[in-house]
Amino acid sequence: MSDSYYNPKDLKKFEDVGEFGPELAEKFFDYYGAVFEEGALSAREKALIALAVSHTVQCPYCIDAYTTESLEKGASEEQMMEAVHVASAIRGGSSLVHGVQMMNKTKDLSM
Amino acid sequence: MIKSLKTLNHDLSDPAYQLDVLNNYSESLRQQPKFKEKLEEIDLYPLRPTGIEIFQMNVGYMCNMTCKHCHVDAGPDRDEIMTKKTFEQCLEALRNSKATTVDLTGGAPEMNPHFRWFVEQVSDLGKDIIVRSNLTILTTAPKYQELPDFFAEHGVEVTCSLPFYNKSRTDRQRGEGTYDRSIEALKKLNKIGYGKEGSDLELNLVYNPTGAFLPGGQESLEKEFKRQLDNKHDIVFNNLFTITNLPISRYLNFLLESDNLDEYMDRLITSFNPAAAKGVMCRDTISVGWDGTLYDCDFNQMLEMPVEEEAPQHISEWNEAKLNEREIKINQHCFGCTAGAGSSCGGATTEQ
Repeated sequence: MSDSYYNPKDLKKFEDVGEFGPELAEKFFDYYGAVFEEGALSAREKALIALAVSHTVQCPYCIDAYTTESLEKGASEEQMMEAVHVASAIRGGSSLVHGVQMMNKTKDLSM
Repeated sequence: MIKSLKTLNHDLSDPAYQLDVLNNYSESLRQQPKFKEKLEEIDLYPLRPTGIEIFQMNVGYMCNMTCKHCHVDAGPDRDEIMTKKTFEQCLEALRNSKATTVDLTGGAPEMNPHFRWFVEQVSDLGKDIIVRSNLTILTTAPKYQELPDFFAEHGVEVTCSLPFYNKSRTDRQRGEGTYDRSIEALKKLNKIGYGKEGSDLELNLVYNPTGAFLPGGQESLEKEFKRQLDNKHDIVFNNLFTITNLPISRYLNFLLESDNLDEYMDRLITSFNPAAAKGVMCRDTISVGWDGTLYDCDFNQMLEMPVEEEAPQHISEWNEAKLNEREIKINQHCFGCTAGAGSSCGGATTEQ
C-alpha cells in the first residue's frame, strides 16, 4: 500500500483507469484527445489554459503534465507564469466578489 | 571559456561509454526495449537506405560557440577540420552521385578555410547547397560578415539555429549574448532578401527544445515563432524545422546532471512512431566526417559508428550502389529520430 496520496509515477498509469470500466474511459480519452487538438484555439493556447486550470484545481499530476506540455508547445516562462496569475486572480477574485454579499447582508441588518 | 567534453577528458567524450550509459546506466534503461526490437516489430529490421539524396558533410568540429546541448561537442578548442584533399575527394564522389543536396555542417562550417572554395565548386555542379549556420559567426570577423552576400550569390539555403524566440531561453542553451547576435544576423539575411516573400533565397530556422522535453508540433511552433519574431524584430523566415535532441554528448551530459535521463529515454521510447521510423533521415542521407570517414548520420559519426564494414568506409572509396545496399547501424540513441512526429535535419518527418 502506498504511504502517500500522490505518487509522480501514478501519472503514467492514468491511461489504465479503464481497467475498472473500459467503456467510459475510452469515451473520456477520445473526448480528451479531441479537446486538445489544434482548433480555433492553438494547441499552445489550450496547454496554457490547462496549466492555469491545473493550478486552480491544485492537481499535482496536471501541473507536471501541463508544464511539460506548455514547454513543448512553445510557451515561454513568462506566458506560463501569466497563466498561473490568471488562475490566481480568478480564484482570489471569486472570494473577494462575495464581499459584496457580505456588505449587502451587513447593510440589511444594520441600522 | 567553456571547454568541450573532449578537452575536459570527460567520461562522456568516449562514445563507447555513451552507448553503455544509454543501454545500462540504470535499471529502468536496462529494461527498456531495444531500438532493434522496435524495428523488428514493424518489419523494418535490418534498416536499409532508400537511396542517397542528401550528402551531408561535417567539415570540422571547430566552432565559435560551446552550446550546452551540442551533440558534436564542438567548440573553439576542437581542431578537427576537413582538409582540401578530403574536400576534393567529396567533389569527385559528388560528380558520380545522384545526391541532389549537399548539406554542410560542423562545428561552424564557415570556419573551415576551404569553405568558400568548396561552395563555389558545388555550386558549379548544380547541386542544392544547405549551410547549417549558428548565426552568431556571421556577426564576428569581417570575413564572416561578408558571408550572407556570398551565400546569396551562390543561392545557398541558410538553415540556422534559433532554439527559442526569446533571449533567456536561447542564451541559456547557447551562451550569453547569442540571441542578440542571432537577431542581428537574421536582420542582415532578411535585408539581402533571405526569407522574404517572392525571393528564392531560403532561410530556415532550427528549433530544438531548451531542456528535457520533446518538440511540439512543427507547424504550430513555426506559426508562433513567425508571430513573435515579426512582432518583436520585423524578422521573416521560410520554415521552422523542429529537431529532437538526441541523448548523446553534451545533451546526454545535461540529462545525467539534471537527473532526467531515465524519464527522457522513456518519453522517447514510448513515443516511438512507426511512420517516423520508416522516414528516418539515415535512409536517404550519407554523412561524411571531417577525415572522410562515411557514416549513416551525423549522430552515428559522433558515436564513432561508421557505415557497416562491407560498405565503402572512406569518401575516397565512394561507391553509391554499394552504399545503398548497406545495413544502417542503430543503437538506443536512434529513438530520438522516431519519437512523435519524427525528427531529422530537415525537421519533423511525418504529418502531424
